[in-house]
Order: sequence, then C-alpha cells, then structure tokens
Amino acid sequence: MIDGVIALYIFMLAVFTGYEVISRVPVILHTPLMSGSNFIHGIVLVGAMVALATADSTLVRVIGFIGVVLAAGNAVGGYVVTERMLKMFISAGKKKGP
Amino acid sequence: MLDASTLQTLTQLSYLVAAALFILGLKRMSSPVTAVSGVRWAGVGMLLATAVTLTFVAGASVLNLGLVLLAIAIGSVIAWVSGKRVAMTDMPQMIALYNGMGGGAAAAIAAVELYSGNEQNLVRLTMATVGGFVGAVSFSGSLVAFAKLQGLITRSARFAGQKALNSLLLLLTLALGFMAVTGAGLGSGELVISLFFGFALLLGVAMTLPIGGADMPVVISLYNALTGLAVAFEGFVLDNAAMIVAGTVVGAAGTLLTQLMAKAMNRSLGNVLFSNFGETNIASGGGVTGSQKAIEASDAGVMMAYSQKIIIVPGYGLAVAQAQHKVWELSQLLIEHGVKVRFAIHPVAGRMPGHMNVLLAEAGVPYELIADLDEINAEFETADVALIIGANDVVNPDARSNKSSPIYGMPILNADKAKNVIVIKRGQGQGFSGIDNALFVLDQTRMLYGDAQAAVSQLIQAVKAAG
Repeated sequence: MIDGVIALYIFMLAVFTGYEVISRVPVILHTPLMSGSNFIHGIVLVGAMVALATADSTLVRVIGFIGVVLAAGNAVGGYVVTERMLKMFISAGKKKGP
Repeated sequence: MLDASTLQTLTQLSYLVAAALFILGLKRMSSPVTAVSGVRWAGVGMLLATAVTLTFVAGASVLNLGLVLLAIAIGSVIAWVSGKRVAMTDMPQMIALYNGMGGGAAAAIAAVELYSGNEQNLVRLTMATVGGFVGAVSFSGSLVAFAKLQGLITRSARFAGQKALNSLLLLLTLALGFMAVTGAGLGSGELVISLFFGFALLLGVAMTLPIGGADMPVVISLYNALTGLAVAFEGFVLDNAAMIVAGTVVGAAGTLLTQLMAKAMNRSLGNVLFSNFGETNIASGGGVTGSQKAIEASDAGVMMAYSQKIIIVPGYGLAVAQAQHKVWELSQLLIEHGVKVRFAIHPVAGRMPGHMNVLLAEAGVPYELIADLDEINAEFETADVALIIGANDVVNPDARSNKSSPIYGMPILNADKAKNVIVIKRGQGQGFSGIDNALFVLDQTRMLYGDAQAAVSQLIQAVKAAG
C-alpha cells in the first residue's frame, strides 16, 4: 500500500519535521522532551499488536507477546513519566519566589 | 457492520490523525506553558491509534486476541506503577528503561516477520532486518544504561582489544543479518535468525559497558533516536504510516538532541562512544598540585549569610542526595537575608540535559533564578560565593587552560572567578569522570565534605544561627 518512493518521501518530510520541531526547544525542556519523544515511539505498540494478531506458531506467538508487553510498557511508562515531569514545570512557573 | 475496505480506510485515516497529534504534541512540548497539553495531545493520538488497531486485531483468532489484551494489560500495569512511583532523581534511568522496551518491541516485530517466513519481498525483509538490528542494539544497550545509572553495574568493563571485539561483533551481526534476509525466504534460516538477534543484543551490551556514567545523557539520547528509527523501519514493513512518521520524527529529533549534547561537552559523538572517556583514570591531566582545604558548615553558613551575591552550581551529587528541596529552602533563607541568589546550570550537569532543571522545578525554584551557561558566566566575577553542590567536571578550570586534560575545550561554568568557592562533596576523591579538579585546590576554595542533603541542612542551621 505504501510504495517505495512514496515511503521515501514520507521519510524525508518526517526528518525535516523532527529537526524543525526540536530546534526551537529551550534547554530546560530537554529532559522532558527526550521523555516525550520516547513516549511517541511507543506507537510501536500498534505494530506489535498487528504482529501478534497474525501469529500462527507458538514461537512467533511468544515473541509477539513479549513485543506487545514491551511496547505497552514503552507507551504507558513514557506517558506517565513525561506528564509527571511537565506538571512540575507548570507548578514551578506558578509559584513565585519571595 | 462496515465492510473491510471502509474499515481499512478508517484505520489509515485514524493513523494519520494520530501522527498529526504526535507532531503537534511535540511542538507544544517546546514551551513550558503548553508542555503538559502537548503530552496529552500525543496521548490522545496514542489512544486513538491503539483503539483502532484493536478493532483490526478483533478479527484475529480468539487466542491471539486474548494474548494481545493480556500483553497490553501486563505491560501497562507494570509501567504505570513503576512510572508513578519512581523518584524524580531517578528519571534518567526510567527513560532509558522505557526506551529500551520500545527498541525491544521493534526487534520483536522484526523477529516475528523473519521467523514466520510469510514475507517474501526482499526490500521488506531488509527493512525488517535493519530495524530488528537497530532495535535489538537499542534494547540491550538501554538496559545496560539503566543498570549503570541504577547502580546495578558499578564497574566499567574495559580490556585491551575491546574495539576490535566490538567491530568483530558488528561484522558478524551484519553478516548474519545478510544471511537471514537472503535465506529467510527459503524457510531454513531459524538458526541464522536466532544467532543474528543474539549477536545484535550482545553488541548493544558490549558497546555500552565501557561508557562511563558521565557520558550517559548522550548515550540515552542516542538510543532514543535509534529506537525511533527502528520503529520507522518496522513501520515500512507493516505498511503503517503512523509508525513511519512517529518513528522518523523521533529519530531525527533525537539525533539533533544527541548532537546538541555532545557539542555541549565539546566532543564528537564518535568520541563519546569509542574513547572510553567517562571513567578513565590514566589521564589525570598533567597533575593537579596543591591540597584541598576543608571548611566547617558553621563558617560556610556565616560567609554565605553576609554575602551580596551567591551563585549555586548543582550537579549529579544533588540528584543522588535528593537535596533539591533543601537547597531551595537554603536559597529562600538567603534571599530573606537580602542575598542575591542565582542557579547556574551547565548543559550536561547531571545525567541528562535539563536534569537539574527538572529537579529544581520539582523543588519549586522559579525560572527567573535559573540561568544557563552563556547567561551566567560573566556574573561569577561579581559573585561573593559560588556554591558547588555535587558538580565536578562542569566547573573544572582545566577544561579552559590545561591542554593535556581529557576535558580540555569543554565549555565550563567559570566558578573559579568567584571571590569564594564552597564545594559540597562526599569525599576527597575524583568525581565521576575520574579527573582531578583544579578548582578544588584554589586558594579561595573551601571544601565542605558530606552528603549534599546533610551538608545543605547544616548550612541552613548555620545561616539561621548567623542571622
């Protein structure tokens, strides 16, 4: 469905997008941002789900199962820690120093 | 019920929306004001993509559907609980861990494709294998990084010929990958595929083991980018545009972030990965002469209470001791005394970029008191006291002046220009990088030995007594 050249175009545009989005981020957000991008590649979950759904042997099922567990951990864990970190920035921004 | 092609179109459209939400979310994370909404937007995208995929999976066999739901439940619960419980100071290793899980998942997808032997297209097989290789290296490498930061591995394994061994491992893995691609279609390659993944995992371990703790921020960032790439490759294999876009964006963004960090240390990425810089003891940098002079907390407290301006330089020692709240308490006390207090953050202080900013934000330190390297460096000359809390290499003047020092050329905070320097440090030894610090033996420097939290508590008492 996604042909070779089209795939390359998607790849190229996504590279530019990634560079552009990050290049304007202040240093203080680097850690939450790394954490946030870590969460976003948790989308690997949908791929792992499809891989496990189409599994047709025990070996492949076991590998697929591990894949989905790991991917769900990436997505959920990535979200939880990113949100926790970013919330702190908000509260710190609201509190005023004496 | 919708027919198959309508469902297919709806699925693809949902992935498109999810990808857009990811990019918009990342964009919003680039400002502190919109950052929380940014991660929530991305979260909505993730939920949408997962829910839509579930409708696809629902068409699979009952056994597979049950396995998918069970696996999601297990992974989510473990990650939810650990993510909620982890202390802010331990964030770097948690990010490394979750990142490794993503890499492992990408490798698992590749393994499923290769072992099942259903895929015959050579281009797709190559994509799957490359993604599997990158994902497996990122998986085992991130786990080693996690273990090192968590303190499970304290020694860095080093031996002669390490680089040769790593190169050999790399060549072996690539050769096996080539065999897996060309032989997989024949259905006879299970052993080859297993060996391929085994060696890729081994390579990740071997690459990461010799890298010292001080270089971990760069390494975690690099593996983050690599996992993104692995996800993109598997996205090509699975015809999944959301995975391609999200993975590539993370790959590109992560690469840029990695370069920024390496640049902040004035080193190339290759240098970080292959020079074993992090914990070398051989290069003590031309010898630092002089002795460290100790100070009591009570004297240091008086000195600080009667200062005009104090610049605080936090480092990894602050994170280890969880001293951020105490430090802010001390700062507030000093501000009440009329002292001008500022925090100076080096780009690579701690174990991740922005690590110190997160900790200070947690303690409630307002933004306007926090300055980065370029802003603050000129101000050290006018500071009465530079208070160094658990930082070492980022204030080592050898980086400016001593050409034989391994960190020569790295931009540093000019704490040595302050009239007085107080260094809170656990002991007389070298810091994480194993390099002697010329700052510690300067005439105006006094050492306050002890755990950062305990030492700062003593300073609070001393300032109160002085005041």
